[in-house]
Amino acid sequence: MTTKNADAIVVGAGWAGSILAKELTEAGLKVVMLERGPDRATAVEGAYPDSIDELRGAIRHRLFQDLSRTTVTIRNKIGQTALPYRQLSAFLPGEGVGGAGLHWSGVHFRAAPDDLALRSNVIARYGQKFIPEGMNLQDYGVTYDELEPFFDKAEKVFGTSGEAYKINGKVVGNGNVFAPSRSDDFPLPPLKDVYTANLFRKAASDAGYHPYSLPAANASRQYTNPYGAQMGPCNFCGYCSGYDCYMYSKASPNVNILPVLRKDPNFTLITRAHVMRVDLDSTKTRATGVTYLDLDSNKEVTITADLVVLGAFQFHNVHLMLLSGIGKPYDAQKNEGVVGRNFVYQTITTSRAWLPENQFTNQFIGTGGGGVAIDDFNSMNFDHGPHGFVGGSPVWVNQAGVKPIAASTIGGGKDAPRWGAGYKKALVNTYRHAMAIDAHGSNMAYRDVFLDLDPTWKNTYGQPLLRMTFDWQDNDIRMNRYVVSQIEPIMKALGATKYELGMLEPGKPFDTRLYQTTHLGGGAVMGDDPNTSAINRYLQSWDVPNVFVIGSNAFPQGMGYNPTGMVAALAYWSAHHIRTTYLKSPGPLVRV
Amino acid sequence: MALAGTAAFWTADEFADWRQAIAAEAAQTYTPRYFTPDEWRFLEAATEQLFPEDETGPGAKALGVVGFIDRQMDTSYGHGGLWFMSGPFQSGPANLGYQLPYAPREIYRIGIAGADQYCRDHYGHAFADLDHPTQIEALTAFEKLPIQFGETLAAGIFFEQLRTNTMEGAFSDPIHGGNRHLGGWVMLGFPGARADFMDWVDQYGPAYPLGSVSISGETA
Repeated sequence: MTTKNADAIVVGAGWAGSILAKELTEAGLKVVMLERGPDRATAVEGAYPDSIDELRGAIRHRLFQDLSRTTVTIRNKIGQTALPYRQLSAFLPGEGVGGAGLHWSGVHFRAAPDDLALRSNVIARYGQKFIPEGMNLQDYGVTYDELEPFFDKAEKVFGTSGEAYKINGKVVGNGNVFAPSRSDDFPLPPLKDVYTANLFRKAASDAGYHPYSLPAANASRQYTNPYGAQMGPCNFCGYCSGYDCYMYSKASPNVNILPVLRKDPNFTLITRAHVMRVDLDSTKTRATGVTYLDLDSNKEVTITADLVVLGAFQFHNVHLMLLSGIGKPYDAQKNEGVVGRNFVYQTITTSRAWLPENQFTNQFIGTGGGGVAIDDFNSMNFDHGPHGFVGGSPVWVNQAGVKPIAASTIGGGKDAPRWGAGYKKALVNTYRHAMAIDAHGSNMAYRDVFLDLDPTWKNTYGQPLLRMTFDWQDNDIRMNRYVVSQIEPIMKALGATKYELGMLEPGKPFDTRLYQTTHLGGGAVMGDDPNTSAINRYLQSWDVPNVFVIGSNAFPQGMGYNPTGMVAALAYWSAHHIRTTYLKSPGPLVRV
Repeated sequence: MALAGTAAFWTADEFADWRQAIAAEAAQTYTPRYFTPDEWRFLEAATEQLFPEDETGPGAKALGVVGFIDRQMDTSYGHGGLWFMSGPFQSGPANLGYQLPYAPREIYRIGIAGADQYCRDHYGHAFADLDHPTQIEALTAFEKLPIQFGETLAAGIFFEQLRTNTMEGAFSDPIHGGNRHLGGWVMLGFPGARADFMDWVDQYGPAYPLGSVSISGETA
């Protein structure tokens, strides 16, 4: 056992970890960042043309979590035996420097203000009885106005392209009419529409909806961020999700923060360091540091520090809290405890339109964050009263570049053969002339959907795996089906020769074999009440106040938007309060 | 130098060596490394039924799909290195995913033997010796019926493994040994490693005009 010392330890080298490490070194702290995967740099993993290899990249998981060492177990309900998630499919966490922030798509939203106080808003508008039995609907404990400066900061660091609607209360452009006012414009203008996005823009408008350009952390022009990190203009190559962007156009910790951080003498990055636990003192109310396994020497190393930041992927943060004894584990039977509570996902279904054969959709052209969306059925932008469900979905064309192996899996539509005679013809027709429209929606939290430690399976380091108990619930299935039904007028306006609406099916359990999204959330949520949240509004552990837990684990319910923009804003928000208040007088930032 | 699809390939940061190796290999007749002659015959016949040559484009055989799968068996993926393979192994509902202790190469070894045995029992011949309608009937049975190969391998698991790897062999970059002469991409209309559409983003409607190109520089 080796022992080292630092002022602060940051676990995980993704967006959350990199932002905290940058902020804490700026505050003069000696920071050690621990990453269990390898070091990664765009000059290596992003080098063209080897980086744009679909088999090696998205299919054989070049940048994804190494499941052979550790995974999760999954079951649909209490009483069922959870089984290991042995093959990456439904969700794809990252591994290595940059984390999932290296292989993400780039869709970069601010949170909808109504979503941050969803419980209060639903009760105010529809009454307490509108919330179904068993749904743990909660507020974040932080408002949009409080977070606005940090959304703004994150967009400037990420080089986000988009079109504003309102700045300082004044309408300035053709952006999302449902978006809240901003203190400043996007740092870059919106990306061009690809053909299918442009068709959707017109058709959605004809259908009476309000289309807008997706905010994208894929640079529409050359850009230098406030740290001095540089991005190149996106060329719509289509290799965003699953890949390291060879153009340096997609924001990543590796491109936008780490080149500066790596030069800081106060910063140390240790890779291939698998954190086993946060070490607590005998009172269990103070962290003394962390212990990690050096994957090269296979020896445990302990680092002592006054401050520990968990910035790993959502469920890894929850796993580390449970393994370390930080906070009271959630007990679904008793409905007590908070760590593992309010585990959430998102509801994502794809609908498809086929265009006449003289219209080529060139689906291989695209960018991960680009496209056109409508928010008419997201958040609280429509009247939920007649429908009796909570939540909503943006709907969009987000043509991120469809590669051939992925296309072969999509195939030729619901009625087309999966192989043999007729398969290829339908596949080719679909690849050349079809377009996808997604409903990317919310997922509420429920008493019997949660995370805990598995009683049977262990990772290769001998620790119990994290167990997910998750299934789709009636509220979210009905929300998805309603929103998708509202795509029909768009399909008609598109001039589609044929279309298929993709919806969640009642009674069909969550299927771990089908890719849905990596947007997992909750499990260690933020809030004002220690009985229903694991961390306070500053993302500080209620129980161990020198531990901060940064990530989508903080979301009390799954929002319709992609999570990264919110994660980055929360990271800057938390860092700001650590720097301005906590470091001057370490202790709980909120007293109950 | 036989590099394509080997472990060395997957860890190589410098691609120049294997590019040359693949070019040299492509000129020769492929010698299987993992599959036995009987397994190879099964795979040639089965993949061609899954992905048949027709008026739309080339089939699995013309695209070198079986050679691709054979190479994959020698990678970390083929050995199960990308999967969580720690026990205990316990069966459960299909929607909770794959739960067998077999790596892809074992799925093939058990699955092909089981499939051929099934065909001999039901049709009197190994799969490769059946007429085409009977081959299609057998594959449909493997896909849809609750057939077991040996103690634990469901025919459906084997079928999906084979279907998945067949599509990968038809549509991955030719540097991996399949998609020979970029035939899969040309059929689909995928331009391959061009990966720069700055001037084509807002040209709405027409087909993209430039042909397919491999990471290796090979063009169709």
